[in-house]
Amino acid sequence: MRYALSTLAGAAALAVNLIAGPAMAEDDGIIVYNAQHENLTKAWAEGFTKETGIKVTVRNGGDSDFSNQIVAEGSSSPADVFLTENSPAMVLVESAGLFAPVDADTLAQVPQDYQPASGKWVGIAARSTVFAYNKTKLNADQLPKSLLDLADPSWKGRWAASPSGADFQAIVSALLQLKGEAATADWLKAMKTNFTAYKGNSTVMKAVNAGEIEGGVIYHYYYFGDQAKTGENSKNVEMHYFKNQDPGAFVSISGGGVLASSKHPKEAQAFLKWVTGKGGQEILKTGDSFEYAVGKGAESNPKLVPLADLQAPKVDATTLNSKKVTDLMTAAGLL
Amino acid sequence: MLPPGGSGAAPELMRSAIDLARSGLPSGTGQRTLWRTAPWIVIAAIFVSLLSLLPLAFIIWIAVQTGWETVSALVFRPRVGELLVNTGLLVLLAVPIAIVLSVALAWLTERSDLPGARLWSWLCVAPLAIPAFVHSYAWITMVPRLHGLWAGVLISVIAYFPFLYLTVSAALRRLDPALEDAGAALGLGPWRVFLRVVLPQLRLAICGGSLLVGLHLLAEYGLYVFIRFDTFTTAIVDQFQSTFNGPAANMLAGVLVSCCFVLLGIEVLVRGEERYARVGSGAARSQQRARLGRATIPGLLLLLATTLLALGVPFVTIGRWLVAGGMEVWRFDEIGLALGQTLFLALAGALLATVAAMPMAWISIRAPGPLQRLLESCNYIVGSLPGVVIALALVTITVRIALPLYQTLFTILVAYALMFLPRALVSLRASIAQAPVELERAASSLGRPPLNALWSTTIRLSAPGAAAGMALVALGIMNELTATQMLAPNGTRTLAMAFWSYSGEIDYASAAPYAFIMVAMSLPLTWLLYVQSKRMAGR
Repeated sequence: MRYALSTLAGAAALAVNLIAGPAMAEDDGIIVYNAQHENLTKAWAEGFTKETGIKVTVRNGGDSDFSNQIVAEGSSSPADVFLTENSPAMVLVESAGLFAPVDADTLAQVPQDYQPASGKWVGIAARSTVFAYNKTKLNADQLPKSLLDLADPSWKGRWAASPSGADFQAIVSALLQLKGEAATADWLKAMKTNFTAYKGNSTVMKAVNAGEIEGGVIYHYYYFGDQAKTGENSKNVEMHYFKNQDPGAFVSISGGGVLASSKHPKEAQAFLKWVTGKGGQEILKTGDSFEYAVGKGAESNPKLVPLADLQAPKVDATTLNSKKVTDLMTAAGLL
Repeated sequence: MLPPGGSGAAPELMRSAIDLARSGLPSGTGQRTLWRTAPWIVIAAIFVSLLSLLPLAFIIWIAVQTGWETVSALVFRPRVGELLVNTGLLVLLAVPIAIVLSVALAWLTERSDLPGARLWSWLCVAPLAIPAFVHSYAWITMVPRLHGLWAGVLISVIAYFPFLYLTVSAALRRLDPALEDAGAALGLGPWRVFLRVVLPQLRLAICGGSLLVGLHLLAEYGLYVFIRFDTFTTAIVDQFQSTFNGPAANMLAGVLVSCCFVLLGIEVLVRGEERYARVGSGAARSQQRARLGRATIPGLLLLLATTLLALGVPFVTIGRWLVAGGMEVWRFDEIGLALGQTLFLALAGALLATVAAMPMAWISIRAPGPLQRLLESCNYIVGSLPGVVIALALVTITVRIALPLYQTLFTILVAYALMFLPRALVSLRASIAQAPVELERAASSLGRPPLNALWSTTIRLSAPGAAAGMALVALGIMNELTATQMLAPNGTRTLAMAFWSYSGEIDYASAAPYAFIMVAMSLPLTWLLYVQSKRMAGR
């Protein structure tokens, strides 16, 4: 019965949408363009709605398509809030002048390190780059010392990545900032010969686990997420943190921002405040996302290597250049 | 995933509908009288055809805007070469294998005394009810290491051979046995009769079916993502995800469209101009089924193997994941919502496609001529474009020019209508051909205004065809993924989208209920397709 009811509700909601058109959206709460993991934002949206009664409609997608989409939509974007997994997408929207300043209370909830000086967006979570490897195939002493080592011919055919994803592209953008354009272009060229492409970081980890490939460059939380479930796709996987301020130790900041064109700026700001506040950050600690919490005084899941121990390189999140990265990757034949 | 447009009732069947129409055409109904009696229908048909050219015009416009230098930098690069090789090899390998398999299966089920031929023939069509990406999902979870070209060929053949089987078996059923008798009487053995008499007569069916399969391979996305095989379509989606509507994606789309045209051109060349119809008076004798004798066992084995690969693997995998997931994966609220939205989109899209196809179908039966042929070819060309190309065009057009339509239900329904117009057109045309024009005239002479006369006669009589067409369009929409993801209004989550999102996070158990529902809903529609093809062949 419940099944039939929600089926009917689904059809009816769309029908109403057709008849009433965009006018309906006015009373529909806020629209979030969500590039974060669906479950995480779902938990945030539900928590927020429960506390404030403000409805949240989520459109799911990826960092890069949404950031470019928002730029293409310009001032008529239907989105109120934009949440990403990585910073380059935020930078793209900010440099197009499409973000409204984030409320001061919200900014005050997050340390300076996890927000741009402009105050146009704010960090909502963080993730660390790792080299996930199959422990039956590689010993600790055979691991690459640096991300750059993977360009070496000795690594040919031995590592994987998901180049079409924004996650990997963020790592490349950090490399670009740290080592410059020429070195990055060379590294990408070597990568094209050396690596095996998969679609999605989960798939990379699954392949590593199955021994299809020795290792892969992904983010840390895929491992913990799988361990928390059945461990079926990570039982042979071990994590190698590059540390040492290596480009491969890059910690990527997930961002949130309110669109200047938002028709519900108050509600949108409230949502961002909630996400970076106690309720939202608590979900990072207790939920199944295993991303790092970034709020002041917020703790991350105790299973994770503490953020402070990761020896991440100093990367200025506000100048990560996603356009240049996709151009370089297109030129290297990775896209 | 289902047809970018090609449609279940294949070109071969389309042609039979045209023949039917021509023979029943009363003299004196020409283009000019048509214009006088029903100007609105002509205007509507022209409007729909122009609209369907929009995606093509858009790609050309973007190319011109981008400038030759950038275009050539984006098109003539090694990556495009790689994709061209991948896509080309895939089509060159999968299509011939599918042809051989389909001809063998069709002959066994239509012309031999194989036990259970009727059941087998339904089992050869049933794989169509399983979206191609679900086929791939099933294989990848059963054989995780499967990837690359040969995996692509295997799953492509399994997922798409029924299109060829449908057209070939329909053609086989209608062959006049007299020709084969003549061949045998002239001293040819059974194999030679098959090669020199039967096979040439299947040429149209094989060409039509191959075209359909080829176009699907070019348009398919999900299937190849699972097995990590890059084609133009997957690369376009990658670019779209990295840059939204950047020029690189549009230029890849341009190359992909050229590939579609190459396929269409090859089909026209190979099809030839020969005439295959029976001439003279009388009706064809009914066919005799060949005795298989000792060949029965291998024949049965071939059918069994095909069924196991094409139906067994997906059903076993879905079943296994459903068991593994238990009751937990049946999140009824979520599933119900997705089901409702999918049904609504499918029905609304099917309705729009059918209404849009109506004027064109009517003109092509009542007043065929150069104008009609031109307009109609526009519709078929667009029907052969991959969904990703149409979606990319509509996203960019609505964002840049028609912003109020952006992300609306209207736009996605238009996309569906463009993609699946040929399906609606084919079914409608066949049933309008059976509605006598005299009824329209009688209604007119009794004083009804033209459109009213049309409504109360032909349109009502074509209802069964319209319903069949709608079912085919709905089937396509239900299993559509790429265009839906790019165009859907905010908050939309169809069955295919939910399936894709779960399987992308390798949560195969949670994806299983969605796969199950998609298959369960597609089965009756596939059955309809099967019955329709039988009826078209006169049985």
